[in-house]
Amino acid sequence: MTAALSLFLREWRIARRIGGGASIGAMFFLILITIMPFALGPDLKLLSRLGPAILWIAALLSTLLGLDRLFQSDADDGSLDGLVHAALPLELVALIKCAAHWTASALPLVIASPLFGLMLGMEGQALGLVALTLLAGTPALTMIGAIGAALTVTLRRGGLLMAVLALPLTIPVLIFGVSAASAASGGLSPFRTPFLMLCALSLLSIAGAPFAAAAAIRHVRD
Amino acid sequence: MRLSAAGIALERGGRELFRGVNFEVSAGEALIVVGPNGAGKSSLLRALAGFLTVGAGAFKLVGGDPESTLGEQAHYLGHLDGLKGALTAGENLSFWAGVLDGDTRRDSWLPALARLRLAHVADFPVRALSAGQKRRVALARLAVARRPIWLLDEPTTALDVAAQGLFAELMREHLAGGGLIVAATHAPLGLEGAKTLRLGEASPSPLSGEAWGEGSGVTLEVSSDPSSGPSGHLLPQGEKRK
Repeated sequence: MTAALSLFLREWRIARRIGGGASIGAMFFLILITIMPFALGPDLKLLSRLGPAILWIAALLSTLLGLDRLFQSDADDGSLDGLVHAALPLELVALIKCAAHWTASALPLVIASPLFGLMLGMEGQALGLVALTLLAGTPALTMIGAIGAALTVTLRRGGLLMAVLALPLTIPVLIFGVSAASAASGGLSPFRTPFLMLCALSLLSIAGAPFAAAAAIRHVRD
Repeated sequence: MRLSAAGIALERGGRELFRGVNFEVSAGEALIVVGPNGAGKSSLLRALAGFLTVGAGAFKLVGGDPESTLGEQAHYLGHLDGLKGALTAGENLSFWAGVLDGDTRRDSWLPALARLRLAHVADFPVRALSAGQKRRVALARLAVARRPIWLLDEPTTALDVAAQGLFAELMREHLAGGGLIVAATHAPLGLEGAKTLRLGEASPSPLSGEAWGEGSGVTLEVSSDPSSGPSGHLLPQGEKRK
């Protein structure tokens, strides 16, 4: 337990310090949302209809943005060697690193999303529900991205490859996330079903991805 | 506790580094792995730690914890220090103490830092330290959590003479406490009675590809004074100065 806590604390501290990249994810999210009206034009109706999808794509991209260094920074400075033989199994190491990454970079984004939704002309109740879908779905994005990060851990410029590997796997999350979010902002489909699917996807990836990531690290580093 | 290797062969990137390596180290003993660059010293240590799979042969640990792997009972210290520049030396060590041993209290890691005369930099970020100081923080990791086997790859790189002496003392203490050390090095470490394992003694001609096959002769010998070996012309240190 102490081992798990000290790993979480260390990851959290690194992310919060200068250059850690936690706040950059939220900034990137803000920039993406801001440039959308410039690209689509100031049609408020169109913007509010596309709002949930824009928020979700922005969340997807900014989650993946910070993830490429998840294991690579540890491989670069040699800490990964120590972590492989820590008092924790490597699967748990991967899960805790993801948890710390999610708390430091995805959670601020979820909290800020109602504010950004306002910029896209979304309504009051929809803002809250879209934030709820992001809260339920971003863990799945982080966990899937972690598999990509583990596979590219030895590559110098692995960031792009990691996005190429992880993005197709995030399609189910995106489908249910956007359909739940669209339902929340006045769509015709029900909210509950896609939202529950989204929760299921997150739970499934939390349970499965640490094993995939740990196996990838063990295999790739040989 | 006894660590032995029988008929180890290793290859990296399609090139055979060595084959037929045998050695045996018992509790309280140190094995110094020497050899020219590219002989496979680091690879042998990484294979011992379980990061590389061997082509042939096997390592055997007698008298260890049957529940954990060799790597989990060993400290592996490679060329890299395993420190985060953004965190302070204390935070780095506290993390390693927690992750390796489950104890993050300040008095569990501060003595280790003090052993290497670094207690005064505990609250400085590691990126502000010199290369030698970083190395000393990395070495303090060995003392933070007790593990019987130390696998050290060039442990004294960037250390000044005084720090080399401190580290030699730390190693002797570890051996006296029933630990064992396998270290790859070019400079003598200051350990009396250490066994020496030579890798890649006969270096192959650069033109002949086959030479690696026969030429990768490996010998194991016990020398009472490691500094009288082929590396004897290097800096004297450790107990030599007493």
